[in-house]
Amino acid sequence: MTLRYLGPIAAFAILIPIFIIGLQRDPSELPSPFLGMPAPAFSLPSLEDPTVTVSNNDYAGQVTLVNVWATWCIGCRHEHDFLLTLAAREDIPIYGLNWRDAREDALLWLQQLGNPYVASAYDADGKVGIDWGVYGAPETFLIGPDGIVLHKHLSPLTEEIWQRDFVPKIAAVRGN
Amino acid sequence: MRTIAVAFLVLVAPCALAIDAGRAFDDPELQSRYEEIISEVRCLQCQNESLKDSNAFLATDLRREIRRLLSEGKSNAEIYDFLVQRYGEFALYRPRMSGKTMLLWLAPLLLLGAGVVVAVRVVRGRMAMPLDADAEAETDDDRQVRVTDRP
Repeated sequence: MTLRYLGPIAAFAILIPIFIIGLQRDPSELPSPFLGMPAPAFSLPSLEDPTVTVSNNDYAGQVTLVNVWATWCIGCRHEHDFLLTLAAREDIPIYGLNWRDAREDALLWLQQLGNPYVASAYDADGKVGIDWGVYGAPETFLIGPDGIVLHKHLSPLTEEIWQRDFVPKIAAVRGN
Repeated sequence: MRTIAVAFLVLVAPCALAIDAGRAFDDPELQSRYEEIISEVRCLQCQNESLKDSNAFLATDLRREIRRLLSEGKSNAEIYDFLVQRYGEFALYRPRMSGKTMLLWLAPLLLLGAGVVVAVRVVRGRMAMPLDADAEAETDDDRQVRVTDRP
């Protein structure tokens, strides 16, 4: 065995793990540039009552979930029951960002399926969605008491994802 | 032939309508900057399309925001900043030079450099061999084949 074969074998040994890791990553899941940064401020009419304003000040000072949803979003239907479970079980307020939806449809959805949200902000033209870097639904942001984005999740929430990605971060920020 | 041409035009017409391709600005300079920006930005919802080519609603929203920023007198760099702040460097087809994207930009040069090093070493190795090494290795049989192969 001469040295000249070592080069290609070494290159192969280095490249294969890179390809394996690369293939297992989902290219549609983009890291949020807001992680560790303050979540963007917003102020929108409430879904339920257009005369009421929902803004980021409403949840300042507490750990909060901001969930981007819409009635055209199938994944949102999938996670809805789990959101209801979370709302009943955890002492974490869930705020909805109803994104590019029709108000009547959204109200009917909440009426028929139950409402896990403390309040839903109605983002009809998607402008706040852009400010938050939303590019699909559902998306769920975990916001710390100081308004910092602790985590962003990009697919329907499940108990498993909740325990794995959210619970440790909530415990860390609450200091227990 | 004419029928085929007309049928083709009728078929592709809806594609033209799908994207708001009408002029966004009367000012030709703003219009050309607008077109430049939307072809440089990726639609995040359908990642292999630029904002210019996509009719996903996120692309429609982003084009609207870009038109607004342009009419507010923002520079191209400010508009790219606006998008990168929200969606990350991935939104740009040509990410800007920074610590994070340095490797991405330099990789072609590094690979080219590595290729040159390998090529130089191979060529030097060959030059060190006696000039007629190949000729000596050839047997008479090989020569025979070549001669008879000639048309």
